[in-house]
Amino acid sequence: MQYFFNWDVVWRATDKLAYGLALGLGMAALALVVGSAIGLGCALVLTSPKLKVLHRPVRWYVEIIRNSPLLVLVFFVYFGLPQAGIRTLDNIDSFVLTLTVYAGAYMTEVFRGGLASIPARYVESGMAIGLSGRQCFFFVTLPVMFRIVLPSLSNNLISLFKDTALASAIAVPELTHTARWINVQTFQVVEAWTSVTVLYLAVSYSLAFVLRRIERRYAVIR
Amino acid sequence: MSATATPANGQDGDGIVLSARDIHKRFGDVEVLKGIDLDVGKGEVVALIGASGSGKTTFLRCVNMLEEYQAGIIRIGGVPIGYHDEGGRRVRLPESTVVRQRSEIGMVFQSFNLFPHLTARANIMLGLTKVRGKSKAEAGAIADRWLERVGLTDRKDHYPYQLSGGQQQRVAIARAVAMDPRLVLFDEVTSALDPELVGEVLTVMRDLAKSGMTMVVVSHEMLFVSSVAGRVVFMDGGRVAEQGSPSEILKNPKSERLRSFLGRFHGVLR
Ligand SMILES: Nc1ncnc2c1ncn2[C@@H]1O[C@H](COP(=O)(O)OP(=O)(O)O)[C@@H](O)[C@H]1O
Ligand SMILES: [Mg+2]
Repeated sequence: MQYFFNWDVVWRATDKLAYGLALGLGMAALALVVGSAIGLGCALVLTSPKLKVLHRPVRWYVEIIRNSPLLVLVFFVYFGLPQAGIRTLDNIDSFVLTLTVYAGAYMTEVFRGGLASIPARYVESGMAIGLSGRQCFFFVTLPVMFRIVLPSLSNNLISLFKDTALASAIAVPELTHTARWINVQTFQVVEAWTSVTVLYLAVSYSLAFVLRRIERRYAVIR
Repeated sequence: MSATATPANGQDGDGIVLSARDIHKRFGDVEVLKGIDLDVGKGEVVALIGASGSGKTTFLRCVNMLEEYQAGIIRIGGVPIGYHDEGGRRVRLPESTVVRQRSEIGMVFQSFNLFPHLTARANIMLGLTKVRGKSKAEAGAIADRWLERVGLTDRKDHYPYQLSGGQQQRVAIARAVAMDPRLVLFDEVTSALDPELVGEVLTVMRDLAKSGMTMVVVSHEMLFVSSVAGRVVFMDGGRVAEQGSPSEILKNPKSERLRSFLGRFHGVLR
């Protein structure tokens, strides 16, 4: 059977592709930001002896999320929770929620590692000039940790962006879903999937490029 | 009891900056400090010498309240720090009090410990703004003055990783003294440096000593000790074993322990 290339189908879908791309990036960024807040909170809980009672629930959260396929979590939240009587979310909200909770678990590990890798002597020299424990945390520990975990943060952003492809499984109109739409509408399989692959690649690559520059700007440790 | 206002040893209270009495410190079952007594007068430079493991670092950390200790009392300017007496019981002071007291004592560490995310200037400014409540402009001016004093004006916007060990240590000294502490503790501040960088740090410390700064200096730089210290204290096994003027201690050691310790520095000291 002969295959006829027709790249027009891609050009005609430009606005849909652009929207899909923006949606994917937006969902990933939101998940990273809110997920980081969750992760930082959980990491602080895990490193605080005073909050020992919360260690086990946080551990469970991290373990469950990290040992489940994201797609299963996406289905669980989108199809499962409404069955269990929890208010129905539309598909985009549902996916963002899932991705955020997912990112939070991974960011917990990132921040916990970051906090653990800060030598105690930095905090001690903060105390030696008379900073309180709280001031040491905000002016020394936190900014140093932020710089240590920056490379992990940018890797996670790129991973999350690629993970947004899974949202197509619940019909979120992001990039992968758009490719499938072109595919189904026009039967131009090669054009549809080539174009989104190139788009994923180009965006991930430029994102990595920009993030590396930011990292270098802040890489003041060692 | 009016313990809080009573000077360290009766008559000459004003002149005494640090007074430590019978400090005992255990790590688990191991007693590391076995009753240290030490007085340091205003403007005095006291050198602490002694073999590795004799408790010099631990003692300095107790003075700066970075370690808790089980017995004894340390006064700064006559005021007990770290602990107080509560109906006959020895109780750790509230953290806020300890923090305030600690800001009166400067400490310079062997491993520099500059804040890695801040420039040399910002390292010095942090305590001035956050602890002393000075404005950015005021703190910046003080930082610039100290950077000039330690010869690093042209490095003020450099981050620690862009500075040599000697430069980092000079910034660390500037950061400690810029807080205008009553006492500065130096813990082997040249031990981690390449030999060719030791001199620039000792020069800064010599300059501070001359300006009347009260200093307790743990050092194995015997030439520096003999020329700058007013008094040398030899620690051995968690006790003060001998003390006196540099010439007494370094040239005419009484105990065998001190003689054998000094033997290692043969050639440096005649
Ligand atoms: N955090 C600690 N835990 C247990 N033992 C310690 C600790 N810090 C120091 N020590 C022990 O206390 C003793 C005195 O150490 P230190 O004060 O560092 O001596 P110095 O500074 O004179 O070399 C050593 O035997 C050391 O092993
Ligand atoms: Mg030591």
